[in-house]
Amino acid sequence: MKFGVIVFPGSNCDHDAYHVISKHVGQPVDFIWHRDTDLNAYDALIIPGGFSYGDYLRAGALARFSPVMNSVRDFAARGGFVLGICNGFQILCEAGLLPGALMRNRDLHFICDHVNVHVETTETPFTNQLKGGTVLRIPIAHAEGNYVCDDATLEELRREDRIVLRYCDERGEATEAANPNGSRDNIAGICNRERNVLGLMPHPERACEDLLGSSDGRDIFRSLAATLAAME
Amino acid sequence: MKAKVYVTLKQGVLDPQGKAIQHSVELLGYGGIADVRQGKYFEIALDGTLAETEAREAANRMAREVLSNPIIEDYRVEIE
Repeated sequence: MKFGVIVFPGSNCDHDAYHVISKHVGQPVDFIWHRDTDLNAYDALIIPGGFSYGDYLRAGALARFSPVMNSVRDFAARGGFVLGICNGFQILCEAGLLPGALMRNRDLHFICDHVNVHVETTETPFTNQLKGGTVLRIPIAHAEGNYVCDDATLEELRREDRIVLRYCDERGEATEAANPNGSRDNIAGICNRERNVLGLMPHPERACEDLLGSSDGRDIFRSLAATLAAME
Repeated sequence: MKAKVYVTLKQGVLDPQGKAIQHSVELLGYGGIADVRQGKYFEIALDGTLAETEAREAANRMAREVLSNPIIEDYRVEIE
């Protein structure tokens, strides 16, 4: 199995993602510059966090026009796994690979903090090594993480079990007080209908070492690796 | 000739920036304000090779595909 981490001008969590795949998952991984278009060598792609194109226009809005994104679209359509973290989630929404949009946080602040997220479904290639209902402690670091979508989209996400992570309190309750940014229905992460594309605002790659305060993020990458291993 | 594109949040989409601005201007003593909504304004200078209808069509397409996010925003185009 081979992982690729896509690098846009302004990406800044690319090395963290690379580090986690090479060190904690123990699999080969490459950086992929946003002008490259050949993704044939890869089984899973990570679109990392950061500020692609300086967040000009809207977060993720300009990255979607980078040459690599057409290839990412084809890659996802062929069933390849795509994990968008933070700015990566914003890019996937702007590119139409995931529904909805990420707006300015309810209280306007840039929030950098550890939050609790409830694993809503283990029926994804990204969460299948987790126990349903697990609460993960993972950091967020964003100003535009307020997930919005219309009623029909929310209904569809619920019906199809595509809400993967929700902000919650320590006991796993998705309360309003535990919602850091005003996201609709406390949504922290969703997948596409085919379940091979996941976008999430929290940063699991920053929660892979106890020394950094939490290693709860590791199981997300390990789930993906286990999924790929089972396909080999 | 110029294309002017106004991008605004759709009705019903919460605008925390607009709310914060409203709060600030009210602190300054301005009264009578019911609501403030923040948007974006783009001025696109045209080089004269497009006729007005073509320019309008192009500006509408740009607004739809790039300048706005149709999930949360509306747009309006003026050519002058």
